[in-house]
Amino acid sequence: MAADNSQKEIHWNRTRNLMIVHLTIWFVFSFAVHWFATPLNKISFMNFPLGFYMAAQGSLIVFVVQLFTFAWQQNKIDQETGMAEEE
Amino acid sequence: MSIFRMQGAFIDNLPKIYGFYTGGFIVFIGIMALAEKAGMTADTIGLCFVGFTIVIYALIGWMSRTMQLDAYYVAGRQVPAVFNGMATAADWMSGASFVAMAGGIYMGGHPYLAFVVGWTGGYVLVAVLMAPYLRKFGCYTVPDFIGTRYGGNLARFCAVVVLVVASFTYVTAQINATGTIASRALLVPFGVGIWLGLAGILICSMLGGMRAVTWTQVAQYIVLIVAYLVPVIWMSSKQGFGWFPQLEYGDAVRKIAVLEKTLQVGVLKPPQAVPGLTALTTLHNGPPDTFVGHVRFATLVACMMMGTASLPHILMRYFTTPSVRAARVSVAWSLLFIFMLYFTAPALATFTKLQMLDPSLPTAIIGKALSDVNAHVWVQKWSQVGGLKVIDFNGDGIVQVNEFFMRGDIVVLATPEIAGLPYVISGLVAAGGMAAAMSTADGLLLAIANALSHDLYYKMIDPKADVRHRLIVARVLLVLIGAAGAAVASLRLTGILGAVAWAFDFAMSGLFFPLVLGVWWKRANRAGAIAGMVIGLGVGTWYLYMVYAGGMKPWWGIDHLRFGIIGALASLVSMVVVTLLTPAPDKETQDMVDEVRIPKGQTILGSAH
Repeated sequence: MAADNSQKEIHWNRTRNLMIVHLTIWFVFSFAVHWFATPLNKISFMNFPLGFYMAAQGSLIVFVVQLFTFAWQQNKIDQETGMAEEE
Repeated sequence: MSIFRMQGAFIDNLPKIYGFYTGGFIVFIGIMALAEKAGMTADTIGLCFVGFTIVIYALIGWMSRTMQLDAYYVAGRQVPAVFNGMATAADWMSGASFVAMAGGIYMGGHPYLAFVVGWTGGYVLVAVLMAPYLRKFGCYTVPDFIGTRYGGNLARFCAVVVLVVASFTYVTAQINATGTIASRALLVPFGVGIWLGLAGILICSMLGGMRAVTWTQVAQYIVLIVAYLVPVIWMSSKQGFGWFPQLEYGDAVRKIAVLEKTLQVGVLKPPQAVPGLTALTTLHNGPPDTFVGHVRFATLVACMMMGTASLPHILMRYFTTPSVRAARVSVAWSLLFIFMLYFTAPALATFTKLQMLDPSLPTAIIGKALSDVNAHVWVQKWSQVGGLKVIDFNGDGIVQVNEFFMRGDIVVLATPEIAGLPYVISGLVAAGGMAAAMSTADGLLLAIANALSHDLYYKMIDPKADVRHRLIVARVLLVLIGAAGAAVASLRLTGILGAVAWAFDFAMSGLFFPLVLGVWWKRANRAGAIAGMVIGLGVGTWYLYMVYAGGMKPWWGIDHLRFGIIGALASLVSMVVVTLLTPAPDKETQDMVDEVRIPKGQTILGSAH
């Protein structure tokens, strides 16, 4: 039982760290990037002004990729710590 | 018929069934296109599109009828991640997303993109903080989680109140949208259209609950995404921007910036206002450049995201997946399917604007002679129904940018006509708008009715009620709430988008922190959660009243669309303070939180609880 509890602790610590990493990325692309839209607009990306592009498309793509990565990473944590569901 | 009886076989055959359905829909579009060539009128085409799709949804709803609790409340917990993703996308994308978003970007430019960012990024919060844990919990409704995690009927009741306030605000807007589209397509008055729309919504959800709503929402997603993408791709290839417009409209953005200078967009202001309509006065690519402007962008993003992660009709979709792992993957699929529409909306807004501004195109409006503008069929048609107005203030016979007034939400509906596409596309767009509004209304009505029947009636009023009674009560409530929603919608109190943003603000004010901290903070207790819900919703509502009707000046530009920021802050502070002032939850509750955090093992609440 004790071993199981320490596994649970490891699982939760890794889960929490993963949460912090993903919410940091989320914060950058939800808020930080758009705060600097005007200077970013001076840069051209695929012919778009970058500030506009990030709000209309760039951040969205980051979120989609991020979520598939998150699902994969969290699943890996669950399996490595023996906390995954039985199939 | 038989495939729906044999659930296992049905689930295995999903790709085939919906593949067949999509093929059938495309054949139907082809038949309509031929019928148009043969001389069918635009009105008849619109009628066929909306009527045919509603009949299909009703059929799916009828075939999915059930008398089992698990099927009625959580679709039997066997919806595969990808299909749940599609259903969530339809559940999520409302009439406002479909009809009003591109129009909002057209009128509002860059600051309006806060909706696009907010309504996608919110899913990061759903996936990381909430959905997998709520799935592990095994609840039927969101108040079910609050009531069990914190214990006691008062906490459960508070959650029901927040849910009803947020979802009801939202559902009236959706019923309003179905009424608008139904009345136009079926050629009936708005008042009749609303009740027809409601009848369609109820047929999809009443007999089969969550199971029926799930399978109709998948069908509705397919219709709405086809209807959104086809006109944009067609228009883009017609203008020489290629077949993948989302990647290629950068040039159009730049071209608009040049045209805006010559046409004096933002310089010319309308000398007088036209009620309900607006002239274009903001630059397409004009990001906020003041501190308050930045705060307004960031707070709108934050409100839409935290609202996403608190709206019960979205969270409950993840109760239907077969496992915790599937719930997590399903959030990613949901976002991908939503992304398909949201990264197209700015492209649509940009192309439509270019059509109107670019003098070298035959569709140009601004800077053209008044007589030429009035000769456009779409201008005449939408003027008649009050969707736009041209007033030559300075009498020079030329339409300047400040002389052309339009209602933002006609952009999507009128785009096929503006670009000169055939009527079959307009019919398709009407069917798509109908699908978007119906699917969201279904999810919302079900969320409200399930909370009232499961949490209020069964858990609090009559815990001995048998399955048959519970399901009858659930259905009666569904009809009553739908009727109440339609009655309120027929009063036409606010524009579609105003009410939608409010729903997000209400939800985040009352539910965001009690839900998140219920999983992530073991110490959080009942008194804290109740304080968080009551004070959050109370302060949020007070602030809304003060800035909307009470004449108070908004703090740092936080206006009535963003009142959730104030409500959620009050909720967080009160929840933390009250929790720390009162004893920690008992060992049993803390162990329950430990169990929720790991996917392995039984759900906290058993099936048919």
